[in-house]
Amino acid sequence: MLNFLLRRILTMVATALVLTFVVFWLTNLPPNLEKLAKSEGNARMTDAEVTSWLDRNGHAQPLLKRYGEWLGVAPGWTDERDGVTSGRCIARGTLPEDNPAFCGVLQGYWGQSTVFKAPVSEIIATRLGLTGILMFWVMVLMVPSALLIGILAGMREGSRLDRVLSTASITTTATPEYVSGVILIVVFSSSMVGLKWFKGTATSAMDGITFENFFLPVLTIALYGMGYIARMTRASMSEVMTAQYIRTARLKGASFGRVVVRHALRNALIAPFTVIMLQFPWLLNGVVIVETLFNFKGFGWTLVQAAGNNDIQLLLGCSVVAVVVVLVTQAMSDVGYVLLNPRIRVS
Amino acid sequence: MMEELGWAAIFSRLALQFWPVWLALLAVFALSLHYRRRTGLYGRLFDSPLGMVGFGLVMFWVFTALFADLVLTFDPLGQIAQMKNKVPGTITPDGGVYLLGGDNLGRDVFSRMVMGARRVLAIAPAATVFAFMVGVTLGLPAGYRGGRLDAGLSFIANLVLAFPVILLFYLLVTPEIRTTGLPVALAAVLFLFPVVFFTMLWNSRFFTHPAKRNLYVGVTLVLGLWAWSGLAFNADPLGVWSMEPNMLNVFVSVVFVNAPTVFRIVRGLVMDIKTRDYVAAAQTRGEGPWYIMLWEILPNARGPLIVDFCLRIGYTTILLGTLGFFGLGVSPESPDWGSTINDGRRLLTIAPHPAIVPALALLSLVLGLNLLADALREESLKD
Amino acid sequence: MTDAQTPILEIENLSISFFTRSREIPAVMDFSCKVMPGEAMGLVGESGCGKSTVALGVMRDLGRNGRITGGSIRFKGRDITTMGERELRGLRGREIAMIYQEPMASLNPAMKVGAQLAEVPLIHEKIGKAEAWARARAIIEDVRLPDPDRILQAWPHQLSGGQQQRIVIAMALMSRPSLLILDEPTTALDVTVEAGIVDLVRDLAEKHGTSMLFISHNLGLVMDVCDRLCVMYSGEAVETGDVVEVFSEMRHPYTQALFRSIPLPGADKSARPLVAIPGNFPLPHERPPGCNFGPRCDYFVAGRCDAQEIPMLPAGGAPRHNSRCIRVDEIDWDAPPALAATAEPVPPGEVVIEASDLRKYYETAPGMFGGGTAKIVKANEQIDFSARAGETLAIVGESGCGKSTLAKVLMGLEVASAGTVTLNGDQIQQLPVEKRGPALISSLQMVFQNPFDTLNPSMSIGAQIIRALEIFQIGSSAADRHDRMLKLLDLVKLPREFATRKPRQLSGGQKQRVGIARAFAGEAKVVVADEPVSALDVSVQAAVTDLLMEIQRKNRTTLLFISHDLGIVRYLSDRVLVMYLGHVVEIGTTAEVFSPPFHPYTEALLSAVPVADPRVTRKRIVLQGDIPSAMNPPPGCPFQTRCRWKPLVPGNLCETVVPELRPIAGGHRVKCHLTDAQLATMEPVIEVAAE
Ligand SMILES: Nc1ncnc2c1ncn2[C@@H]1O[C@H](COP(=O)(O)OP(=O)(O)OP(=O)(O)O)[C@@H](O)[C@H]1O
Ligand code: SF4
Ligand code: SF4
Ligand SMILES: [Mg+2]
Repeated sequence: MLNFLLRRILTMVATALVLTFVVFWLTNLPPNLEKLAKSEGNARMTDAEVTSWLDRNGHAQPLLKRYGEWLGVAPGWTDERDGVTSGRCIARGTLPEDNPAFCGVLQGYWGQSTVFKAPVSEIIATRLGLTGILMFWVMVLMVPSALLIGILAGMREGSRLDRVLSTASITTTATPEYVSGVILIVVFSSSMVGLKWFKGTATSAMDGITFENFFLPVLTIALYGMGYIARMTRASMSEVMTAQYIRTARLKGASFGRVVVRHALRNALIAPFTVIMLQFPWLLNGVVIVETLFNFKGFGWTLVQAAGNNDIQLLLGCSVVAVVVVLVTQAMSDVGYVLLNPRIRVS
Repeated sequence: MMEELGWAAIFSRLALQFWPVWLALLAVFALSLHYRRRTGLYGRLFDSPLGMVGFGLVMFWVFTALFADLVLTFDPLGQIAQMKNKVPGTITPDGGVYLLGGDNLGRDVFSRMVMGARRVLAIAPAATVFAFMVGVTLGLPAGYRGGRLDAGLSFIANLVLAFPVILLFYLLVTPEIRTTGLPVALAAVLFLFPVVFFTMLWNSRFFTHPAKRNLYVGVTLVLGLWAWSGLAFNADPLGVWSMEPNMLNVFVSVVFVNAPTVFRIVRGLVMDIKTRDYVAAAQTRGEGPWYIMLWEILPNARGPLIVDFCLRIGYTTILLGTLGFFGLGVSPESPDWGSTINDGRRLLTIAPHPAIVPALALLSLVLGLNLLADALREESLKD
Repeated sequence: MTDAQTPILEIENLSISFFTRSREIPAVMDFSCKVMPGEAMGLVGESGCGKSTVALGVMRDLGRNGRITGGSIRFKGRDITTMGERELRGLRGREIAMIYQEPMASLNPAMKVGAQLAEVPLIHEKIGKAEAWARARAIIEDVRLPDPDRILQAWPHQLSGGQQQRIVIAMALMSRPSLLILDEPTTALDVTVEAGIVDLVRDLAEKHGTSMLFISHNLGLVMDVCDRLCVMYSGEAVETGDVVEVFSEMRHPYTQALFRSIPLPGADKSARPLVAIPGNFPLPHERPPGCNFGPRCDYFVAGRCDAQEIPMLPAGGAPRHNSRCIRVDEIDWDAPPALAATAEPVPPGEVVIEASDLRKYYETAPGMFGGGTAKIVKANEQIDFSARAGETLAIVGESGCGKSTLAKVLMGLEVASAGTVTLNGDQIQQLPVEKRGPALISSLQMVFQNPFDTLNPSMSIGAQIIRALEIFQIGSSAADRHDRMLKLLDLVKLPREFATRKPRQLSGGQKQRVGIARAFAGEAKVVVADEPVSALDVSVQAAVTDLLMEIQRKNRTTLLFISHDLGIVRYLSDRVLVMYLGHVVEIGTTAEVFSPPFHPYTEALLSAVPVADPRVTRKRIVLQGDIPSAMNPPPGCPFQTRCRWKPLVPGNLCETVVPELRPIAGGHRVKCHLTDAQLATMEPVIEVAAE
């Protein structure tokens, strides 16, 4: 077990390193840096001015060196000009000696956002908090209902209940968030239909969550994932229901309810667990769309802002978070699968 | 106040407008129902009501895309200033009808939706085919050989899968990235896979007949490399194959994010099928690995792959919509559904129709593909 | 309670159909049988004849598309077919219990064994949890499992196949049912394990006075277990009666043909060959008019046999012996079978293939959690044998003994870890199949076990054979190869039209013939046949076996026949090699191996095989425990954990020293520490009473 975890963690670290490096490389491609120079300096810089600006701000060094600096394993760049030493790790107006040589992610320094004019770590922390609340409610809504639908549909394959629930789940998986969100807003908050039960934006939810301002975004994300999980659960449940040991249980004289609850359920839930865990990366997608659509300024919204405005440091920060979320959930799904499944646990 | 049509009138005129589509659908269904006992799995699709609905929805959009020029009522890019945000059924100044209203620039929502179908159906299936080529060509050896090759390829696939899709798109589909040549490089690699695939396919099968082999492989190489030079580098000397740069960008990104999933599916299927006795039989008579992979294993993995193919076209459609939704679509003017939804969402609470029409269109196409895939899966499992 | 006169189970004119989308499949038609208290009723027949359907019909568990379309099933006088759901539940598990084939699949993998056992009384009787668990513990002792407390707390996958099946039996007996239905309860198990289970079932049924409905395709097993017998063919009962009576005086042509197609002691491939039943089993919806067996029956008379439904008629004079044959009183039942073509035995030629000190070790990668070192599995240890041209060498042993690994090493799918394999003078043990030339490859070919799996489902039969010819570089042109392909189809007695068919349009036996044709495409000198007939029905087995023999005779091929079926091995092999846990424990001619002195394992193996012949008396030696895992073999003699002769060997020689494979007479060699004198005291296991 220890060995397994160790290897798992090693792979995770390697993946994270490679991915952040790729993001770093892509965000630091020359055209992006040029844009950065023009937006930070002034928009009408000549090419020569751009080059010198980049040179002065440490962007002219080799890619690996810069990545190392960002990571915090290489000393930050310094640049001496007109007797003033500036540098990555040197806060404006302080002396080089008062600042550490290394400043990167490992030291807890994530850089400064150019859009929000604030430290990246701060922005991400607050935004992630907001998204966390959103995700929490999504999970609360999505997981139990998806499992319930899947089990009800799968316990009697081919029954009318199954047909209805399956078609409903297929429909929700076929409806991406930007479609269901639009439809929900139109139905529940537009003047055209006129129900106006909920609000079409979730901006006010950042100050205080109410059913009115939060239900639609939560429902929009939950719907898309729900269909998928429900279908996985149904598939797993209907497979389990045809297993020999279910027949054994039936022929023991167990009632249908007992067969489902005592014999089928645990076996049927092993597969969906993995699916739910692997659903997180997709939820992230949904989060980005829904936060944009409902104007809820969480993590997803921030990511779009960072990407749209070429905010390199912020974008890097966001991708680290996203990659870590994906990797951690993958690992959790593996470990959970093992824990749930007695057959693998011991052998 | 301009004149408007009632909903009944709108719907009947809409239905009329789709006449070529109805005719084509009628023909397809009549033929398929008649020959369904002889057409194998395809025919059995018509035994399942949901399968028929799915197939019908998909074919509806396919025919709409094919006959778009006949179906649409206005130029999808033409703007009529008076028609901005007008409700469905509004009569235009020169007597036409915006059946589904006008958008914020005064363009006809209906015609844009019809043209959007052509856009979507031009890219999504093609991108899915390429993703399959890449996934299959890499998944077969990974699953069959296992070991280090598998470990390496799986690691790369997991890398791509661990990348949040949106982030990847923001990084890959920006106009700046084109100047770096990265999309072209990616395209060069990804578009080479079909050529490799078919070369291997013919060579492994026909190496015992050199003449036949040379013919097949030769034709594959000539055609493949010709198309390849045109699509990836826009360097086709005859100018038949080409792809506009923005499109290439989108296309490559979509292939790139889909391929690893296909890879994983293929790899899993191969690991299962390679334990069969007929694979051992092929080994004991000294067949090469590519023959076994391409001719013994792949044909027998086709069931799940066809199902996944249908699902994946739907997923690609959603992905393309997502791109459009974030303004990363093929081009800003493009009538593709994602971009139209994005355009329309700002005024959603006041004038919902410009967004809701393409939203429902996309929903119905993807739903159709999902129902189709589901029916295929069920029918192939039955007896 | 029931008195001795009312039957426990009485099935009358039962018909069961499955309804698929395209048609109704009448799986069981007009089936009747009666089980008296304490009686064991055997239900035999070939695959697909409806045995399981009858059993599930009694349980009323036919699935969504199955329905009882006629007749009645009375259990202690109550009609099950009209019973309500509640009443039915009271019956299942408490009054009638069922055991079926796959033991592992019958146990819930996510529930501890104890909980699964205790559940039965908890459902049916108003008793507390503690009492239920106590009962579970007691019953585990009853089924002779060691260490009941550990087993109660175990997960099913922690038990071996034999142990699992014992748990399934225990579960069935938890509530003391009066009827036990067993559907092929031992088919998935090894013969030596099977022998133990069968003994157990018989003893327990006797102890509790339980009636049994015992379903099997194995006639020998039915004779061991049952008092009465019902032979089924294509959804109908064709003959019922007392087991011994039916076995010695069969009164239905199908029963008779079935017995003539199974290799009983005394059959011989040259002098007394098996007689295969011609034709194929009819599909349930394609049954002929009149007698279902008509098209395959030697006594068929047009106008009578196909004119009306044939009723069950009294037969043979004995009470309760019936046969569904209209000519039951006319046929001369004692007439010897029309002699199938006999052949001269082929004298073996020079040595073609030889293995010496061959070893194959697998290194298992440290598993997902195997924090420790890699383990070495010794799949083959010290294999020595040689085989001559035209000779059949059988390799027998139970599952996991390394038979298939040996085949893989010979074929070059694996390379040997040590030792040599010599084919026609060339050493090939280190030559993986990719490095072998077409000549070598085509001269050493293989026939695989599972006919449903040996042919590529998406390629036509002809194309697959032609592909083999191409690869072996045989034939000068495409037309020539096509011609040869047709000749190969002739060789295996398949119609030439089959060339364009897809494998799914063929029956199991036909597929196996295609597999054989493909193996002989390059005029193979040595053919390794890995259980080539064990997945086939008995009536088809005989035909395929004979085909194999015939081609061998014609081509003077060396056949390495891998099998666990000792009946067929005795019938067709010239020499036999017995394997246990990767070791060759005995090798010799068929006569030497099948008669004393034996290796102790061979002795047990022979005694475990049920023989469907009332004239044969068999000494029963039931081995204790299961086959040790190859991952974790015992030290010393591999068989020492189960050997009943071990006490005769002085000291702890058996536990510490691996014995030599030493000659005891001629080419007969045995791997055992017993002295010649001790070996000489062994008695024959099987004796055939004089006629
Ligand atoms: N659920 C089902 N749907 C359709 N046909 C079925 C179903 N179950 C069984 N059959 C058909 O009914 C017939 C009898 O099957 P059954 O399983 O009872 O045979 P069996 O004698 O038990 O065979 P085996 O020895 O292989 O277990 C077969 O032709 C089979 O194909
Ligand atoms: S009734 Fe006729 S065909 Fe049927 S078994 Fe008897 S003799 Fe043969
Ligand atoms: S060596 Fe000992 S344990 Fe092994 S078979 Fe002979 S007597 Fe039995
Ligand atoms: Mg059966």
